[in-house]
Amino acid sequence: MNSREITTQISKAADFLNLRKWDYGASFSNDYSVQVDKGEAKQLKASQKQILTIRVWNQSNLVGITTTSDISESGIKKALKQANIASDFGNKNESTEFSPLAKDPIEFKDIKKRNPVGIKKLLTLLREAEVKLIESHESIKSVPYNGLSESFFERVYANSEGAFRSYSKSQAALYLYARAEEKNNKPRSSGSVKLGYGADDIDIESCIKEASNKTISHLNYSSIKTDKYLICFSPESFLTMINAFSSMFNARSIIDGVSLSNKNSIGEKLSTEALNIYDDGLHEKNISSTPFDGEGTPTKRLCLINRGRIENFIHSESTARIFNTTPTGHAGLGSKVSVSPDWIVVEKSEENIDLKTSLDHSTYEGEFVYIEELNAIHAGVRASQGSFSLPFDGWLYKNGKKISIESATVAGDIKYLLKNIVNIESSQEVTTSGISPHIWVDELSITGDA
Amino acid sequence: MLSSQIKSNKIVFGSCNKNLLEEIIFYGIRLGADFVEIFIENTDNSSVLAEEDFITSVSPSFGRGAGIRIFKGKKDGFVSTNDLTKHGLMRSVSQAIEMLDITDNKREVFNGLNKHRDYSLSKKKWINEVPSIHEISEKLLDSTKSLKKNNKIITRKGSYSRNLQEIIIASSDGTYVSDIRLHQTVGLNVIASDAQYRSSGSRRFGSSGMPNEFRLWDHEKAANDVFESSMNMLYADYVDAGQMPVVLANKFGGVIFHEACGHLLETTQIERGTTPFENKLNEKIAHESVTAIDEGISEGSFGSLSVDDEGMEPEKSVLIKDGILKKFISDRAGELRTGHKRTGSGRRQNYSFAAASRMRNTYIAKGEHSKEDLINSISEGLYCKSMGGGSVGATGQFNFAVEEGYLIKNGKLTSPVKGATLIGEAKEVMPKISMCGNDLELAPGFCGSISGSVNVTVGQPHIKVDSITVGGR
Repeated sequence: MNSREITTQISKAADFLNLRKWDYGASFSNDYSVQVDKGEAKQLKASQKQILTIRVWNQSNLVGITTTSDISESGIKKALKQANIASDFGNKNESTEFSPLAKDPIEFKDIKKRNPVGIKKLLTLLREAEVKLIESHESIKSVPYNGLSESFFERVYANSEGAFRSYSKSQAALYLYARAEEKNNKPRSSGSVKLGYGADDIDIESCIKEASNKTISHLNYSSIKTDKYLICFSPESFLTMINAFSSMFNARSIIDGVSLSNKNSIGEKLSTEALNIYDDGLHEKNISSTPFDGEGTPTKRLCLINRGRIENFIHSESTARIFNTTPTGHAGLGSKVSVSPDWIVVEKSEENIDLKTSLDHSTYEGEFVYIEELNAIHAGVRASQGSFSLPFDGWLYKNGKKISIESATVAGDIKYLLKNIVNIESSQEVTTSGISPHIWVDELSITGDA
Repeated sequence: MLSSQIKSNKIVFGSCNKNLLEEIIFYGIRLGADFVEIFIENTDNSSVLAEEDFITSVSPSFGRGAGIRIFKGKKDGFVSTNDLTKHGLMRSVSQAIEMLDITDNKREVFNGLNKHRDYSLSKKKWINEVPSIHEISEKLLDSTKSLKKNNKIITRKGSYSRNLQEIIIASSDGTYVSDIRLHQTVGLNVIASDAQYRSSGSRRFGSSGMPNEFRLWDHEKAANDVFESSMNMLYADYVDAGQMPVVLANKFGGVIFHEACGHLLETTQIERGTTPFENKLNEKIAHESVTAIDEGISEGSFGSLSVDDEGMEPEKSVLIKDGILKKFISDRAGELRTGHKRTGSGRRQNYSFAAASRMRNTYIAKGEHSKEDLINSISEGLYCKSMGGGSVGATGQFNFAVEEGYLIKNGKLTSPVKGATLIGEAKEVMPKISMCGNDLELAPGFCGSISGSVNVTVGQPHIKVDSITVGGR
């Protein structure tokens, strides 16, 4: 069945069950991926997936939901029946409605949909990449984590009031994580990830170079003394931190009492006035962009922090109604609708006179710790409390030299971190999760072995 | 009543499908595959969330799918699909054959499937004993009510999820098995707040194959435990970072072994060359007080299996005996690529993942000391009562968070501390586990790795680690 036929099928089955109000979200995908091991194919994968999520409103306007991978006629009927049963347990204290924007025009930019290159070409490309990465340095002995994949998918949203929107696109991903070993030294590992609309769009050479440089640069390492340090966050690590604490901007988290913000936090000063943060799901560099969210609300650019102050929260239909505003295009589709950011863009505002612009990671000769990549976010972040304690890959810069840090954690509080930003470098970098410049923060605790 | 129940599916489930499965396997062998495996599943899941004094989410889901894996030499092709028709399954076999670039004719012999082994026979009668959504909702609301002990508790949550999975596995070595699996898990979470102070508390309980377990769950006791934990940590200072001895509590403290060592004993790590223990079989890798076990069947434990996802009955594997490495955790691909015999440890989240070598119920065996013996032996250190999540990297470095910790001074527990992270390397920390308590207990958890998220049990008695790096402020 295609998405139009599914909509018709749901409509017919809902009529039969006397369900007047319903909506659904669906995704259909074909994925192909390869892994290699020392020049040989290791595992080759293909999958066809279909997921359908149906919501129904009962006569008391309570919502029930069911998710299924069975989109046969009988599967759809069963899903509607189950959703109807679940609606008896719908949340009586917070109603959910259709998004008022579910029929608004959506901004379809140029959708760069590619044709599949096929498993054999994926395998050839990855084999070549593995060989080049191993040959790039004598200490690189293997590439234990690697993969090249391409996906083709369609997303759909429709409801009983006639909203219908769908889009389809393609995406490819390459990851290469090398492992280097030297005599009398501990092994080191690092890597790189690149995305593209198709396999041919991926900059494989830069992925190899980045994985190689990162891995090799950590070969000569030392332990770091436990102390407080001036820190420079790489664009990737700062975005990791902002995403980990995005509940500060999340209206759902605020209502649930698990956010550091509250309903009155709009306008609250969070950081230096030099900081602007946007969520921009439709940004041209966002390869994973989606034109509408799980409730059919169009995706848009939204300012979260304007000159250091909270400007907006991200919303679903129900949270927007509670906050007396409009949905922002960040909702999922669930029994309890979740809200999450799409693509964070960090910028330096025009209010930047207080910044210590001499702090440039490529020229500064004083002592500082450069945090390249943060690890184990799921274990080391307490988003509801604001605290973090995270292992990282990085360097100690001292007297104009940089030394790879053997094993260490950085710990602190997100509000302290944001308020102690001392410089935002001018140049922004595009990562797989957003865009950010290098960000300098004063006095964070580092725990090392020394 | 259940929102839905697995029912036999006449297309693929049940003994009448033997001919179809054989036809598909024979098709793959005839085209030149060395080995063909079919994994089919039918699922019926539900989750319920209670927040404060209301049910805020009920989410049933169901589905069907198949994963077909083909080996040629040491490489494998895996195709997953929601299309369980004969045509859909045949197409998946063709796709896997094409992916592996198999061009030769039949060489392997397929003698048909063995007699059907149905591990679900004793389970079919208890499906109706699984609690209904209504019963679950009432008990969850009782549990969140039990958490309402003072006005410092600002959020109260109780969550339940039930996964009911019916599987059938058939492969060209004759394997032909089916099973029904039931996993139930219930968790309680609170956030406490007082002025600028905040803390959280959480506990999760889970069982496998025990439909009545949720009814027996003592939610009052669980709520007391979560409440006390959040109150103890509310005004706690941040821990000072440094190297120190630690005592890790029993139950979920076992996550240290799971992360620090267990993953490195999976054959997938040998295949990648990412374990320091690859050539250490029968060598000492841990303190002589350490014996570690990974077993498939522990009564009701969350990681228990009647049969693994490759159709093999899980064995009890003594991984480390008195500090000596004795065995690796192996699956079919692991045996083929590393030579380590399968241990019934081939596991996957669902049909869309190929099975891989994964832990099941993994624990450090009990020793002879009391908890007090361990704490009394430390003049200054850390007691880790409750652990959070953790991870291990490609070089064996691990880390995990301490949710509830207390300083040890002169052999006594003193003030609570927060913000601690334990970091280290497996081969360095294992020889430092110098004392094991006599109070082994197991705890449920979820483990994410190459074949998705699977139910596992971690466990240990109280253990003492002589020195470890504690990340703090």
